[in-house]
Amino acid sequence: MKMCGIISVIDKKKNPMDGTAVREALSIMNERGNGEGSGYAVYGAFPEFADYYAIHVFYDDLIGPKTAVEEELEKVGTIKHDEEIPTFEQPNLKKRHIPWRYFFQPNVSALGTTASEEDILVYLMKKVNTTIPGALIYSTGKNIAIFKAAGWPEDVANFYRIQDYEGYIWLSHNRYPTNTAGWWGGAHPFNLLDWSVVHNGEITSYGTNKRYLEGNGYVCTMHTDTEVVAYLTDLLQRQHELPPELAFKALAPPFWDEIDRMPEKERELNTALRMTYGPAMMNGPFAIVVASSEGIAGITDRIKLRPLVAAEKGDRLYLSSEEAAIHVMEPSPDRVWMPRAGEPVIGRVY
Amino acid sequence: MPIGSVPPKYKVTIDKDLCMLCERCIENCPYGTFRREGNKIQIFSRACTGCHRCIAMCPRDAISLQEKPIDYRSHPVWSREAREAIYNQAQTGKIVLTGMGNALNVPQIFDRLLLDACQVTNPSIDPLREPMELRTYIGKKPRKLTIDKTPEGDIDLVTKLAPNLKCETPIMIAHMSYGAISLNAQLSLARGAAEEKTFMGTGEGGLHESLYPYQDNMIVQIASGRFGVDIDYLERGAAIEIKIGQGAKPGIGGHLPGEKVDESVSKTRMIPPFSDAISPAPHHDIYSIEDLSQLVRSLKEATEWKKPVFVKIAAVHNVAAIAAGIARSSADAVVIDGFRGGTGTAPRVFRDHVGIPIEAAIAAVDAKLNEQGIRNEVSVIASGGIRDSADVTKAIALGADSVYIGTAALVSLGCRVCGNCYRGLCPWGIATQREDLTARIDPDIMYKNVSNLIHGWTLEISELMGAAGINSIESLRGNRDRLRGYMLDENILSVLDVKTVGADV
Amino acid sequence: MMKKTLTIDAKGMHYTPLNKEIRAAIKDGVTEIILENINGQRFIGNGLRGKDLTIIINGVPGGDLCMFMSGPTCIVHANAEHAPGNTMDRGKIYIHGTAGDAVAHSMRGGEVYVRDSIGYRGGIHMKEYKDKCPVLVVGEYARAFLGEYMAGGILIVLGRGKDQPPVDERGVGTGIHGGELYIRGEVPDHLLGIGAEKKPFTEDDREKIRPYIEKYCREFGVDEPELFSDEYVHIGPSSARPFAGKYCWE
Repeated sequence: MKMCGIISVIDKKKNPMDGTAVREALSIMNERGNGEGSGYAVYGAFPEFADYYAIHVFYDDLIGPKTAVEEELEKVGTIKHDEEIPTFEQPNLKKRHIPWRYFFQPNVSALGTTASEEDILVYLMKKVNTTIPGALIYSTGKNIAIFKAAGWPEDVANFYRIQDYEGYIWLSHNRYPTNTAGWWGGAHPFNLLDWSVVHNGEITSYGTNKRYLEGNGYVCTMHTDTEVVAYLTDLLQRQHELPPELAFKALAPPFWDEIDRMPEKERELNTALRMTYGPAMMNGPFAIVVASSEGIAGITDRIKLRPLVAAEKGDRLYLSSEEAAIHVMEPSPDRVWMPRAGEPVIGRVY
Repeated sequence: MPIGSVPPKYKVTIDKDLCMLCERCIENCPYGTFRREGNKIQIFSRACTGCHRCIAMCPRDAISLQEKPIDYRSHPVWSREAREAIYNQAQTGKIVLTGMGNALNVPQIFDRLLLDACQVTNPSIDPLREPMELRTYIGKKPRKLTIDKTPEGDIDLVTKLAPNLKCETPIMIAHMSYGAISLNAQLSLARGAAEEKTFMGTGEGGLHESLYPYQDNMIVQIASGRFGVDIDYLERGAAIEIKIGQGAKPGIGGHLPGEKVDESVSKTRMIPPFSDAISPAPHHDIYSIEDLSQLVRSLKEATEWKKPVFVKIAAVHNVAAIAAGIARSSADAVVIDGFRGGTGTAPRVFRDHVGIPIEAAIAAVDAKLNEQGIRNEVSVIASGGIRDSADVTKAIALGADSVYIGTAALVSLGCRVCGNCYRGLCPWGIATQREDLTARIDPDIMYKNVSNLIHGWTLEISELMGAAGINSIESLRGNRDRLRGYMLDENILSVLDVKTVGADV
Repeated sequence: MMKKTLTIDAKGMHYTPLNKEIRAAIKDGVTEIILENINGQRFIGNGLRGKDLTIIINGVPGGDLCMFMSGPTCIVHANAEHAPGNTMDRGKIYIHGTAGDAVAHSMRGGEVYVRDSIGYRGGIHMKEYKDKCPVLVVGEYARAFLGEYMAGGILIVLGRGKDQPPVDERGVGTGIHGGELYIRGEVPDHLLGIGAEKKPFTEDDREKIRPYIEKYCREFGVDEPELFSDEYVHIGPSSARPFAGKYCWE
């Protein structure tokens, strides 16, 4: 999880963009990856099933795990539609897993406990990923498609033919893994419900973040540090209902000496934020982009150990590890800037 | 029933070529090891406690000290200590008292835990040049923040924070009472702690008025004897600590012998001079967890909910569940004291055999609180055998918020860990009330030793964190991924929730 | 010497063949190389020697621009990314735009001019030795840890930003043990890093930085006399060994 490339874009008016440009843009950052993991997320991908949770599963084979997963799905809801995700083998990318997607309606009374639809999805993900060998749920959001595999960006893009998909947010990631080489599940973006995350860096606080999440009912199953970002975002923004600005600030808060110099009201808020969310704070070098159906947000660690460049053109906001990648998608942006360390750049849909 | 005397523990010799007959050894030894005879210093080695005061004060380095000059026939089972306890008890029929912490040669788990550092995949952070945050808040934290967004887009904080202690280092000084140690020792510790913007415990012996200038950096203790406790005392402290038990002697009370209760101690403890100060084993208003909750709330009511209240327990077998119970009371912090914790006096069998190591206790408590989803809502303070900054760092990585240091702080004042605290003749002026001895500590000078120690450790912790790519202590807390176990068995590794050396991430 | 120009269309080119072409051209006696359609190629001008060569870059070059370069001049007509002038030895870089983090990292000699702003850790660990004295000139503003670990050289921030102070983040000159920073505008004391201190800004200082400001103005077509007459905050090391007092022997 080290030197990785990120490029993401949102069209705030929700005008659809196909995957062609993002594929080109990510490939320009090949230097940042090593061909062992690339991926794309697109919001607004399934307009015909927009109200259903699009559960994505990697199967090792179609014999055992698939039946087991479908049994679990049917216990807690209804499969509206399912299909194998179309793939096209590339010379350098063999089909090591079978990606499948289910459009799913959870039944909130199925567990017998007080549960929201999201709770059912979190339950399913935990259940499948920890108890069914040969199956991995890697995405659960509504109207969100995730395409990822262990390969170079253009190979993964061509493997899934991402140019055939359209959406108003694209997130993509080119990976140079150091901890889980070649594992499809380890490729970014990571998704949980409405959240998708791409990440460049290594989170040195992973152990602390993971324990905090476990204490709040999450289970880390992806063997990599990035998934904690998705869960922390879910905890802080969905469960604790913090506005995005504050939730991101909890992950990369101001330094105490800076807080001490703030005016009283701001000082109290920031002190409370750090005291309450100390275990959620992410340490070590990182640049991350988090997407939800409402928008995208990019942030770096508070001493700026990884790069992040932002650009705007009309209704579009771009966030990338390198400016060059943005130029591939948008040759003449209105504005290009480097966000401050620890300060989120947020692009919301109108 | 004479069985003769046991062999001397130490043999002291003086090199006559070096000795200048200055008699500093005679002046400095309160045990009567030395006396002048003509042109010669006579030595009575049997009186020696190995405290090194004479060696430290000899201007010519003329004194040598040999430990166990005559030993018993070696035997793997029948150690010297085992045999001598028997001789002692055979002659007295009593309980053997000892000083300082656990003296058995038990494995130190800390020494078998190794810390991590960055190479390539992330940069280490240089704490000399870039910020490194060790600020630690001790006290209750909310589970989540509730805010209001004003129409203008401002954010208003709705959640009210409970009072917390703000420490600029995760190192605090443990409770050592006036009576057990001298006022000058307490003054040195208090000023040292204040200097480093951290806190010190009063112990259960009340708060002497000369410590009032440091009261904002002091945690007042309320133990089963309630010595020196009145509303004034409670209000002076920055926080209040209920002492249930102590790592060196879990399950039993305390006993300050009457001879140590001089006028000043008597006044501070609010008991008659020269009477024994007895702390019962339990608090007799706490026979159960709900009673503890009562006392916590009572203290809070009395002090208008302005002070954090800590509860200190010895690390016993069921420490995790007990700590969880405490955390669910209104207590703001749980202090766990491991079985290597120090003491002025404890029965030998307790000191060496009751309780569990602090490393396992921290891990178990942290895991239990996390399992219940309340870990961050309460602080965990660990103590009992913390010897250096590496121990502190490891304790935090296992899950502690901060540590108390007791013995280490006394060592910074000169204590040589001779273990004779209970004799009240401490030649270093620490565990004594004898004026000529306590005068050996000048708080205006010795506070600097305490502050230097905390300062040096704090710098070292910063370096260790920086090497691990962490620039804020909350990202180290409970970060067991950054620890590896070296030569620890699988069971301990599983309790510690730490992987073995060589294991992958 | 005769001027000989070569234009290379670098569209879609990988940096290795690109640098090969540049080296071949230099052998061929080319003195000016124009690179068109650069977008993201790293290491341009990496390790090049010689004084009589100018590389003109149209487009955004990738990181480590002119790393280890010893002599040539490089002009970028766009923003630059991470660490231009990294461990550079001699020569000049002019960037008509902004630059990313760690600009002039460990630069040993030569000059780097950035018209607009730079990112974090600008001029980190620049160092001088004998006649080599690296210079970094920033037109607008810089972010945190400016001149971190600086061991030598001159770092000038002109503070030309319209709505941005020259530096408003922490750690200015943190760990500095050689060299000087000159910053036009205010630098609050709390932004100074460990081992950095403000020093008087003398007429000698003004003369020392004048030629570099002149070069900046000439290259970027700036005519602002106040750059020469205004006060600068002069920051230097409090000691050549700021951390010597931190350790004790066993």
